Amino acid sequence: MSDVAKFLVGCAVERMEDARFLSGSGNFADDLAVDGMLHAAILRSPIAHARIMSIDASAALAMPGIHAVITARDIGDAIPIIPLRLAPLPEFEPFRQPVIASDKVRYVGEPIAVVVADSRALAEDALETIGIEFEALSAVTERGASENALFDFAEDNVALRYDAGFGDADAAFASADYVRTERFSVQRHTALPMETRGLLAEWNSSAGRLVVTGATKVTFYNRRALAQMLGVREDDIDLIEIDVGGGFGVRGEFYPEDFLIPFAARKLARPVKWIEDRREHLMAINHSRDIACELSLACRSDGMMLGLRGRIFADMGAYIRTNGGVVPAKAAQFLPGPYRIPNVSVSVEAFMTNKTPVGTYRGPGRFEANFFRERLIDMAATDLGIDIAEFRRKNLITEQELPYPIDGLVPYEGPTSYDTGDYVEVFERALKEIGWHEKRHLQGKLIDGVRHGIGLGCFVESGGAGPKENAAVTLEKDGSLTVAVGSSVLGQGLETVLGQIASDTLSIPFDRIRVLHGSTTLLDEGFGTYHSRAVVMGGSAVLDAATRLREKILQQASNHLGRPNSELKLVNAKVVADNGASVSFAALAAGRELQADGTFSNDVRTYSYGTHAAHVTVDPRTGAVKVLDYIAVEDVGRAINPAIVHGQAIGAIVQGLGGVFLDHLIYDDQGQLLNASLADYLVPTASDFPVLRAVTLELRPSPSNPLGAKGAGEGGIVAVAAATANAVAAALAPLNVEIHHLPLTPPRLWRLIKNAHARAITAA
Amino acid sequence: MKLPPLDYICPATLTEAIAALAAHGGNAKVIAGGQSLIPMLAFRLAAPSVLVDIGRLPDLKSISISAEGIDIGALVTWRDIERDARLAQAHPLLAAAVAHVAHYQVRNRGTVGGSLAHADPAAEMPGIAVTCDAMLTIVGSNGTRIVRADEFITGGLSTVLEADEILISIRLPLWKKARRWAFEEFARRRGDFALAGVAAFYDTDAQGLAYNAHIGVIGVADRPMRLPGVEAILDGRRIDAAVILQAAAVARDAIDPADDIHAEAAYRCDLLGVLLERALARAADISLSEAA
Ligand SMILES: Cc1cc2nc3c(=O)[nH]c(=O)nc-3n(C[C@H](O)[C@H](O)[C@H](O)COP(=O)(O)OP(=O)(O)OC[C@H]3O[C@@H](n4cnc5c(N)ncnc54)[C@H](O)[C@@H]3O)c2cc1C
Repeated sequence: MSDVAKFLVGCAVERMEDARFLSGSGNFADDLAVDGMLHAAILRSPIAHARIMSIDASAALAMPGIHAVITARDIGDAIPIIPLRLAPLPEFEPFRQPVIASDKVRYVGEPIAVVVADSRALAEDALETIGIEFEALSAVTERGASENALFDFAEDNVALRYDAGFGDADAAFASADYVRTERFSVQRHTALPMETRGLLAEWNSSAGRLVVTGATKVTFYNRRALAQMLGVREDDIDLIEIDVGGGFGVRGEFYPEDFLIPFAARKLARPVKWIEDRREHLMAINHSRDIACELSLACRSDGMMLGLRGRIFADMGAYIRTNGGVVPAKAAQFLPGPYRIPNVSVSVEAFMTNKTPVGTYRGPGRFEANFFRERLIDMAATDLGIDIAEFRRKNLITEQELPYPIDGLVPYEGPTSYDTGDYVEVFERALKEIGWHEKRHLQGKLIDGVRHGIGLGCFVESGGAGPKENAAVTLEKDGSLTVAVGSSVLGQGLETVLGQIASDTLSIPFDRIRVLHGSTTLLDEGFGTYHSRAVVMGGSAVLDAATRLREKILQQASNHLGRPNSELKLVNAKVVADNGASVSFAALAAGRELQADGTFSNDVRTYSYGTHAAHVTVDPRTGAVKVLDYIAVEDVGRAINPAIVHGQAIGAIVQGLGGVFLDHLIYDDQGQLLNASLADYLVPTASDFPVLRAVTLELRPSPSNPLGAKGAGEGGIVAVAAATANAVAAALAPLNVEIHHLPLTPPRLWRLIKNAHARAITAA
Repeated sequence: MKLPPLDYICPATLTEAIAALAAHGGNAKVIAGGQSLIPMLAFRLAAPSVLVDIGRLPDLKSISISAEGIDIGALVTWRDIERDARLAQAHPLLAAAVAHVAHYQVRNRGTVGGSLAHADPAAEMPGIAVTCDAMLTIVGSNGTRIVRADEFITGGLSTVLEADEILISIRLPLWKKARRWAFEEFARRRGDFALAGVAAFYDTDAQGLAYNAHIGVIGVADRPMRLPGVEAILDGRRIDAAVILQAAAVARDAIDPADDIHAEAAYRCDLLGVLLERALARAADISLSEAA
């Protein structure tokens, strides 16, 4: 630790979490057990749309071991409503979700009652005895079904419509040599973290205080929401974050259970635990990606893009939850991508259906938007007889054009610009990695019964949402360092990364650092983890706190050694003076620990960017796709820990390939979720896509934060559908198949091939 | 997803196990590896009042190969089959099919008897049993009976097993040495239940003509079944590209699958034809240059 060469930031430091996890000593929600703890199970609506006429829980209440059956009636006249955390547009207010259904249910899985029992099994036994009389209403499962409004106050099921854009798209389209319009869609699916949600709520009646363990993502916000709903002071609630087995955007938002379980604990004055099982998870956690798009591109005949028009149609499910309209708004915002398109107009229509509500999932809107646009680019390039790589190269925003404003695409957000980067260089790197020049002749070729295709997908991706993050660092009496941060850990390795930053700033060995995160007990305020913000914001806050602590340490050492600050250096947990005298951190903090707070405020977003390329084969007779090679190249500004960034990228690609080929929440026209188990909801597993590669570059640091970091957790997923679907389309181009809709299941590809064949025969 | 309330017993002998089943009438259920039953209990699709664990019963865990055939005890797991080096020679079709069953964790526990008794229409083992004319030995209060595989399975997830009966073993007829065979299946992910699968074998006479053709299919009906129309085309013929294409065309028409969330019916029909072509080409060791 003695010299600059040993700085940890930028090194693939082994994760400090790993030993804990690999030895089975992680502490997850389901590991929690306290004396007197009861268990909750939730009665969820079995039908998509119905009036609740009556609820009879008498049999359940009579069963041994059952402590309570809580329904809307027990909660009171005013059922708390889950607030809009992001993009709080007034249009969405009336569509927000009550924490429990009272008169109507609007999706399969909506909570109707909570049973609290001595064990989860007893609670589930009791659920089966609760009698509910429903008056079924016809279910709305698609756009435009306006005759059955979900909400009495609304005349149709459209919650929000807006238009946005810049330039003059109409004029651009009117004067363009070439225009093409296509419709695309991405199927409803979800993030599926390995660990389902779980909470333990403990109410201390005498102190009037509540402790909820198992919280994550945005704990301070959730505490505020919960305090209002329960009518208690914020300081009387602690939300405690422990280990979390994956979040990906879905976990940690405020859900009905985040009220219901604490409410039950207070009502019964007993600790109550709830663990979401996988079946409930699939019907209760936010769904996402359910977006259709009509996209038009206007070009000159030489391929220069002149204008883009996109209409986004978003199935929001039955209620607008905490994320508001982020998913469709971001799908619209990222339609232009990393290209120079002077005239853009977008519209968004967010409509309600009798399905599980929608929220953000890793790369919200971007995964979809990049798929739509990159597909249309391949079609346009082919129409114009321009090589697909050349077409992109020509239109990518150059470094000289940065910062590049993309104002006006999101009505509720202020101006923003793509910040720094060399989009073209990263693009060329991806071409080189996939072997584009050597392999492009394979496009569409049939070799040994399978057709080859190579696809490209370029993206730009925002991260680092403001407004602020806080941290506190403490040099403990034993000379070790405690770092506390308002960011949340979701299993992504944040403890290690923050430890690296603190270690470098203070010259403290990594193994003497402890990182505490997320819990509301650590700091006065924190802002959490989403929008790839934890390193950018939390990391910068830790850097600030550590820098301030460094000053305090120097001051203390200066007094102790009798030398001025200018003659002192921090070296391996000691302060050393030019004259050779030294004092250890432990000695400096022996009397009283030294503490410093830090903060980082910033509303300027970071824009990481990159290119993905995929080489696939398609068996045209079965529709089976094999990913032969996959490369994701991304410039993240600064990789604090390249091994962690690499892991994020590879994991994200796998998750994205799941979205392309497997993950699909299937509803019937009655609003029944047909595959609420992992037997039928297919997720990629570790062995399904073995050949994935990622290259992380640090070409252009972010100018907006002292670390130079940009978001790095989502770039691995956002262009997967784009590149992969383009590869599949290229493979099948000789069969006249175009790809518009995900997922690319074998039966769907088979059907497309059959239909194209039938068309060819009819035409002949 | 917790089990409904139930009792559990773990008898030490077959007689005790049968007595326990008989005593509870239809309310008891045998549990072997639990890989199908436990999920059904957790989803509360089945609610027996007592589980009779046959895991400790002696003599149900062996694979023996004799002049009579290959006898596989009901408690033999997929992993046991995979590890038995003799089977690559003694019954290569079985070994190849079982390689497609599930994932490591499930393979360590799931049993031959459980798979047959569960009778999933897409499961490999029932498919092999039906294709190979396996004989199943069943013991119950009324004694022992031996049932041929295709008579054992009576429909989707249903068999001739009575409430007090236990399947104790299955006998596959001896495998002929120079037999031509192949197993082909198509699943969304490795280890998933197949969207369709084909088990095929035939013998060849001195002239190189096929006889004794057995073609079994899984995943395309409510139960595994043979395709006699396809077998009739193969018997007495030299298996060349033309015969194979003819057989595949007949196979496509011979089945009548239903649409489900995984695939439309037409896909399964076509897929089966493709799998049969590939299986027969591999069995005959010829290469078909596939169109499309
Ligand atoms: C994730 C997953 C993937 C799978 N994939 C496949 C696959 O690809 N292919 C495949 O074939 N299977 C698959 N299976 C099923 C697996 O092979 C099971 O092991 C098998 O179907 C049942 O065997 P078991 O010993 O676990 O039976 P159990 O679950 O214990 O019992 C199943 C049924 O059989 C009855 N039973 C069991 N043994 C006997 C007996 N000796 N006599 C009478 N009745 C009996 C039980 O009462 C019960 O009704 C999968 C399972 C899982 C969980």
